[in-house]
Amino acid sequence: MSTTTTRTEETTEPVRPSGGTSDRARAEQRLGWLLAGPAFVVMLLVTAYPILQAAYYSLFDYRLTDPDKRSFVGLNNYLVILTDSVWWTSFGVTVFITVVTVAVELVLGFALALVMIKALKAIRPVLRAVILIPYAVITVVAAFAWQYAFSLDSGFVNSWFDWLPGVSADTDWFGGTFSSLFVICLAEIWKTTPFISLLLLAGLAQVPEVLQEAAKVDGASWWQRMSRVTIPNMKAAIMVAVLFRTLDAFRVFDSVFVMTAGANSTETVSFLAYRQTISRLEIGLGSAVSVMLFVSVVLICVLFIKGFKVDLSAQRGEN
Amino acid sequence: MSTREKVLWVVAGIVIVVYALLPVGWIVSLSLKSSSDIANGQFLPTEVSWENYSQILVGDAAELFLPALRNSFGIVLIATFISCVLSMFCAYAIARLDFRGKKLILSSALAVAIFPVISIVTPLFNLWRQIGLYDTWPGLIIPYLSLTLPISIWTLSAFFREIPWEMEQAAQVDGATTWQAFRKVIVPLAAPGVFTTAIIAFFIAWNDFAYGISLTSTGAARPVPAALGLFSGASQFESPNGPIAAAAVIVTIPVVVLVLLFQRRIVAGLTNGAVKG
Repeated sequence: MSTTTTRTEETTEPVRPSGGTSDRARAEQRLGWLLAGPAFVVMLLVTAYPILQAAYYSLFDYRLTDPDKRSFVGLNNYLVILTDSVWWTSFGVTVFITVVTVAVELVLGFALALVMIKALKAIRPVLRAVILIPYAVITVVAAFAWQYAFSLDSGFVNSWFDWLPGVSADTDWFGGTFSSLFVICLAEIWKTTPFISLLLLAGLAQVPEVLQEAAKVDGASWWQRMSRVTIPNMKAAIMVAVLFRTLDAFRVFDSVFVMTAGANSTETVSFLAYRQTISRLEIGLGSAVSVMLFVSVVLICVLFIKGFKVDLSAQRGEN
Repeated sequence: MSTREKVLWVVAGIVIVVYALLPVGWIVSLSLKSSSDIANGQFLPTEVSWENYSQILVGDAAELFLPALRNSFGIVLIATFISCVLSMFCAYAIARLDFRGKKLILSSALAVAIFPVISIVTPLFNLWRQIGLYDTWPGLIIPYLSLTLPISIWTLSAFFREIPWEMEQAAQVDGATTWQAFRKVIVPLAAPGVFTTAIIAFFIAWNDFAYGISLTSTGAARPVPAALGLFSGASQFESPNGPIAAAAVIVTIPVVVLVLLFQRRIVAGLTNGAVKG
């Protein structure tokens, strides 16, 4: 009885090769969504809803200091942002930090992964534990540690490196754009290289040992084995690591907040959005910056997936 | 491996250890400097002083730091717990059941994971103020789920996929009831994965700064990273560096302990979720 009634209800069910949907498959379908649904819904509620709200607010001239004067301005906020040098400076700084940190981290992370895979069995657990510490340390704490190491009133860097040209006891690292960005990048690199190197290590472990041996027998040098055998075979792992880190680096906020608070043109896009909304209470403009940050992240993602053919689902063994 | 090569790898290993521990050692060292010693320009304190610790634990800064520590532990543990429970069901369904929408769920988790936190902060800031969640624990627990849920679903479904589920049937054939089979066979197999996922989720929520700083205004809900970011010293004539360093050391201890105890599992969890299927 119940079989026939439910079957007519669920007309969207695709016909399976085994001859129609069985009761069991349908029950499984329902159970699947029953179990997975709550997590899925909560996840969408806490992200999709706010971003839609942001997109809506971004069309208004809306200040919390004067909420009654809220007025619809269409795309004017975006126009204001795109014609303002503040946006382009912060965008440039963000791109700079992203490119520098990801490039350095990739090289450094690869070196770390190579050492970890070659390291003697006895010290491997030590290395693995040690490398996780930067990953686990709070970003704000890492930012403070690096800031204080370089700062004039409590640092040791100036006295350690005063033999370097351009460094003396009173070098003010946070007095200029590039020296500030240098310290910010250093902190970011220190903190996130371990993550990249662990992903690369997992990729390295998947390169078949026989390929290495074969290349060795054929007389390939270490460099040739790296560039012709190892790296091409772990390209997928590399791309996934780079994609994750790029997206992460593009959102850089904590270190900038702690170290410079955007002084000396070191403001990033995230910091700009924060400043507009939370400090200046310009909900309309801030939302527009937030939306543009979101769009930038989506564009990076699309660029990677289409441009570099990063297949995340293949990585997951979904296909 | 020749002796020379061995020495080379050991040296490389030492370089890594120094790389990872130098900034941590530095913040510990800084926290042990007295206020007159802060500017000594050296890595190590001239004389070890507990002044900074007493300032944040029982002194002037205690009323800022201790509530923040309580908020951090409370909010992060609750968010971790909720996301673990939700993602346990979700990952079980993804690993064991055949239903349409699996891919949709996994790709949404990925999309949410790459979401720029600041983009969500603006609308939440406004909404929370309207509905009274601003500066409350739930006001942070809810957005923390956006940080912890995607990674939990992702990591846990990778773990659950590797569980030999046939063992459940095997146990039932041997005469166990469904409940016994689940409790005695599946739970012990699944527990390490759930535990690892909880640790990773904990790290991520513990690390949050953007939500903490934007959605709170007082000690009622402000977590430690945000409190650190806004701490400006007991008086305006005193440098806040020492007390901040001491507070930084205290909040770093739990994560370092977790890392040292469970490093193997954490590595497996991080890489399973991202690279292997």
